[in-house]
Amino acid sequence: MSYLPFVLAAWIFIVGIFGIVRSRHYIHLVVCLSLTQSSTYVLLLSIGYVKHGGAPIFKDVPQGTRAVDPVVQALTLTDIVVSVTVAALVLALAIQAKKNAKTMNPDELRPVRG
Amino acid sequence: MSRRARLALFGLAAAGLAALLLWSITGLPKFGDYHGAYGKILNKAAPKERQTSNVVAAVVFDYRGFDTMGEEFILFGAVMGVAMLLRAPREDEAPVPVDSVRSDAVRAFGVSFSGATLVLGLWIVAHGYVTPGGGFQGGVILAAAFLLVWLAGSYRPYRQLTPVPIVDFAEGTGAGAYVVIGLSALLVGDAFLHNLLPYGVAGKLASGGSIPLLNWASGLEVTAAFVLLFNEFLSERAIMIEPKRRPS
Repeated sequence: MSYLPFVLAAWIFIVGIFGIVRSRHYIHLVVCLSLTQSSTYVLLLSIGYVKHGGAPIFKDVPQGTRAVDPVVQALTLTDIVVSVTVAALVLALAIQAKKNAKTMNPDELRPVRG
Repeated sequence: MSRRARLALFGLAAAGLAALLLWSITGLPKFGDYHGAYGKILNKAAPKERQTSNVVAAVVFDYRGFDTMGEEFILFGAVMGVAMLLRAPREDEAPVPVDSVRSDAVRAFGVSFSGATLVLGLWIVAHGYVTPGGGFQGGVILAAAFLLVWLAGSYRPYRQLTPVPIVDFAEGTGAGAYVVIGLSALLVGDAFLHNLLPYGVAGKLASGGSIPLLNWASGLEVTAAFVLLFNEFLSERAIMIEPKRRPS
């Protein structure tokens, strides 16, 4: 039980990559990529958890109340922003692939000739 | 490589990765038994030292303020990338599709909720360093309020509400303001992004020194960045559905 959240993070990560590997559509690929990245949120937040700790926000609770780690929460925020920007960029590339190669299937895209 | 071979290779690699991950997990401290020093120190120090009741906001906009600047420019760069990828091949005068909403229920929902969402977003940004929230979280909610206008109205009123020059300007201002606030600390002889304003009292709106300013700068940047992204993707959609609907 005490390792369950970490195992969950590893499980989400591997399932996400599995989805990417067998993806036949760029939109599906973006969803899988976001899922893979969400495993890092689970990992970061569960590493910073302190037993019976509250949120690291000391409004209406006395200072010195047991609270979880604020640093990993800030890192998770950064993580989410990066995840969203990557999703936006891949979606833009998917639109270009649809326009230029008339396909949304990564397997059917020819290698880039330059 | 055939799909079957690729899946077989993945199965092999994933089994190895899973074994390594499980092995490494057994070396981690038990869940809830974290002994990281920085978090504990910050939970003790930030409310007193920076008069900020939300320690996560204090980490984001003060103790790790420099990283957050990088994070803002990741967002800025990615949005610029999307705009460059999608804007260049498009003509300046994008066609306006006929996609007016016919359902009264959807219209009523959007009209009543876009205002409420706007207020909620402003509230989340404004109190970001006091209670849970902040510029990033509130900025996304603010952008969602604009998206509700598209959902309830149609493409035309949405574009009238978010003219490209203003959105571009807001996006640049948000990113630039963060840097300017950081540079202003240099003028008084402190380090870049040093918190130089009076700290006030923790738990009040006037608290945290420069944190509220950085918070609003990132709120503006995130709102503008997401509205810009919605603009670009909705314009693509407009091009894709336009030819079918325009009477010839």
